[in-house]
Amino acid sequence: MKASDIQALLNEPACSHNHKEKSGCARPKPGATAGGCSFDGAQIALLPIADVAHIVHGPIACAGASWDNRGTRSSGPTLYRIGMTTDLSETDVVMGRGEKRLLHAIRQAVESYRPAAVFVYATCVTALIGDDMEAVCKAATDFWGVPVIPVDAAGFYGTKNLGNRLAGEAMFKYVIGTREPQPAAPRPDGLPTYDVSLIGEYNIAGEFWHVAPLFDELGLRILATLSGDGRFAEVQTMHRAQANMVVCAKALLNVARKLQDNFGTPFFEGSFYGVADTSAALRDFARLIGDDDLSHRTEMVIAREEALANAALAPWREKLAGKRALLYTGGVKSWSIVSALQDLGMTVVATGTKKSTEEDKARIRELMGDDVRMIDDGSPKGLLSAYHDLKADILIAGGRNLYTALKARIPFLDINQEREFGYAGYTGMVELARQLHLSISSPVWPAVRQPAPWADSRRALGELLSA
Amino acid sequence: MAEIVLSKKALAVNPLKVSQPLGASLVFLGLNKSLPLMHGSQGCTAFGKVFFVRHFREPIPLQTTAMDQVSTIMGADENVVEALRTLCDKQKPEIIGLVTTGLSETQGTDIHRCVREFRAAYPQYADTSVVAVNTPDTLGCLETGYALAVEALLDTLVPDTRHAGRRPKQVTVLAGGHLTPGDLETLRDWIEAFGLRPVLVPDIGDSLDGHLVEAEYSPLTLGGTPRAEIASLGESVATLVIGESLYRAASKLEARTGVPTYRFAGLMGLAACDAFTLTLSQLSGKPVPPRLERQRAQLQDAMVDSHFMLGMARVAVAGDPDLLAMHCEFLASMGAEIIAAVSPVKTDGLARLPVAKVIVGDLEDLELAARGQRVQLVVSNSHAAGTAQRLGAPLMRAGFPQYDWVGGFARAWVGYHGTRQALFDLANLMLSQHHDIDPYRSRYWAAERDGAPLALAEAGMVH
Repeated sequence: MKASDIQALLNEPACSHNHKEKSGCARPKPGATAGGCSFDGAQIALLPIADVAHIVHGPIACAGASWDNRGTRSSGPTLYRIGMTTDLSETDVVMGRGEKRLLHAIRQAVESYRPAAVFVYATCVTALIGDDMEAVCKAATDFWGVPVIPVDAAGFYGTKNLGNRLAGEAMFKYVIGTREPQPAAPRPDGLPTYDVSLIGEYNIAGEFWHVAPLFDELGLRILATLSGDGRFAEVQTMHRAQANMVVCAKALLNVARKLQDNFGTPFFEGSFYGVADTSAALRDFARLIGDDDLSHRTEMVIAREEALANAALAPWREKLAGKRALLYTGGVKSWSIVSALQDLGMTVVATGTKKSTEEDKARIRELMGDDVRMIDDGSPKGLLSAYHDLKADILIAGGRNLYTALKARIPFLDINQEREFGYAGYTGMVELARQLHLSISSPVWPAVRQPAPWADSRRALGELLSA
Repeated sequence: MAEIVLSKKALAVNPLKVSQPLGASLVFLGLNKSLPLMHGSQGCTAFGKVFFVRHFREPIPLQTTAMDQVSTIMGADENVVEALRTLCDKQKPEIIGLVTTGLSETQGTDIHRCVREFRAAYPQYADTSVVAVNTPDTLGCLETGYALAVEALLDTLVPDTRHAGRRPKQVTVLAGGHLTPGDLETLRDWIEAFGLRPVLVPDIGDSLDGHLVEAEYSPLTLGGTPRAEIASLGESVATLVIGESLYRAASKLEARTGVPTYRFAGLMGLAACDAFTLTLSQLSGKPVPPRLERQRAQLQDAMVDSHFMLGMARVAVAGDPDLLAMHCEFLASMGAEIIAAVSPVKTDGLARLPVAKVIVGDLEDLELAARGQRVQLVVSNSHAAGTAQRLGAPLMRAGFPQYDWVGGFARAWVGYHGTRQALFDLANLMLSQHHDIDPYRSRYWAAERDGAPLALAEAGMVH
């Protein structure tokens, strides 16, 4: 991929921070860098498409250390969980056999697994040796009659976030708009059906299934999701949605913007974390579709669900009231989780903003006031000192920081894509509350903070001996 | 003599292989105040970190030279020098393990020249040892990367001397990548039982055993083999090497120091444990302690108890060569039948395994080889959970990674006790799938012979 193409993606016009001064996007510093690469980001964004064969074109390290490690769930096919890589050898690289091997690999995947499509991911080594993946994919599509899509997001292009975006570009370029959807069958209750799409929803731990029934009830057909519990044929029809929701704000904003520019589909940014945000998301759909009856029915559903959720949450709110959370997570979650936690009666003492846009930061200020502490230093040391300074009761962050917290004997909640529990929607809030309470009030903390009963006598003995 | 079958597939499906840079990094995670630094893109390190964090359930120090597209083309040697300088300046490690990746190797870096440039530019950091090792992921697997790193470590830190035996109680142990932190603890106790003092290289039993310490956070490894001890390996009375993959490193060490080498492929099973115990007794000049005699007798008892379940048990095993060899030898010694064996790479040792054939391939190859073979047990890493499920057999988790199993990293396989526990667990997995003979009902029996069978079945009382 050309450097100018990457730069164009980094300057995504729908990102509000690109209208103002630039925050982030600095080059990684040798010896002081954390976080995943673009290849990682592309996989996060696309792997949830369940009926696709996902082939990693490169030597073993990229797929070998990461396959079948994501928390996303499928309600049907499990092909996405089969790890596939061309596992290039030294001879392949030296003799330039990468393209040939890839072509055979695609055939093998098509013949053994009959996928709806094949996605081929570039890696640093195959990008460096100049394998023409696009040409191989085109040839393979012609040979075997199955769509073969190149995803050119080699690791050294940049961050995970850029990888998300490159994946979105590939979907827009090769997949979206290549098929027309079947009209929805008329509903027995006579209500109209509106087609909508979700962008950046990954169905981690199956959490979207908490929310999906409400869409069905309201007559919102989810035409396609990019990409949680997704299917290739659905992503192809995504351009026919009447409204789009961008769930993980920054990552795939480019797709939403292009759908708006090319097909006139309006979109909004939202979240399914927390009672208030879930309600807001449903309202936004009704607003964009512009049907008064839908709005009315949406309000009824919201009233019903909020009442149910509040009843279910009441005992948990009692337990969590006044507890202080230190939140360190990227982008949209820096504000969407804040409102969820406030919903539970907790105080968010600070939030990480390293990956947040200016707009994200503005929303944080709206929620938490102007004197909110925003943390850019995500190093273990920085997080721990913020935790102690602000007298927090729990650290909420990605899995990478899990053991930082546990080693320091402090409660922790995992919020990122490898987690095992779903927190989305009205029902997910109860699970979130349960997990928070479980860790904050666990009896293990006082036990592990207590010195051994003989520690004092040993110290006394040491003093005696040294005197 | 096992037949070696190379998988001819263009596409690796459900890979068994873990890359060389990860194996090399693991060695440096077993040294004290150390830090592995991968020369590659930031993703190489991020994936490696998540991989080890999920396996050990520990924070893992691992850094990157952060190559991007531009530095890959224009030259990334500066990234190496800059990364080394930053780490020396901020973290002050005793050892940095500089590990290459597929990206930097394809680019064609000369990692050793980078280290020389760093030394010339920053003489003030002479206190930090830098061990550079070439580990492209286009070759080998975790085990070979591990072996390369051990060789580089010994080359860099052990001086050329002739003082073998100057420390008459000190025994060097070169511990292979198939050993867990639990295994290393076992080894230490085993050797100390003879009044000897082991230096385990590397010692993930001290750094990655999972224990809470007072310090809340450390950017470097906490525990592991101290650098000073590695420098003294030439004064040991013997080098015990565990795992064939490290035999070459051991030979080089012997050539360098004159310390005699004793070789052990794996330490599971009665015969392997006995050979090790006998060597320790001879080296120390002491009789086998009663405690070990007792453990040996306990293992023998467990063997007779569990042979009913494990005799002729049909097992599929997949892992790096040393791990594969250890499990195959042990299972064969219990009378089990290995119906499928898969290694991610080809080594000379594979041909000596007690199996008909060894496939060099992936977990899909294991699945295909075991399908229709009435397999009863699968031994492999967590990735094989799906494989085992589709084969309808339980999975015994061994090797890297184990991300869906708490404490897999800590389990001891070696030694009399480790072997005994493995026997118990394998036997229980066999028992858990025991099938009773389907009852036969004679056509001559009256319908009411057992009362009202339909009603009972509906009540859920018939099983």
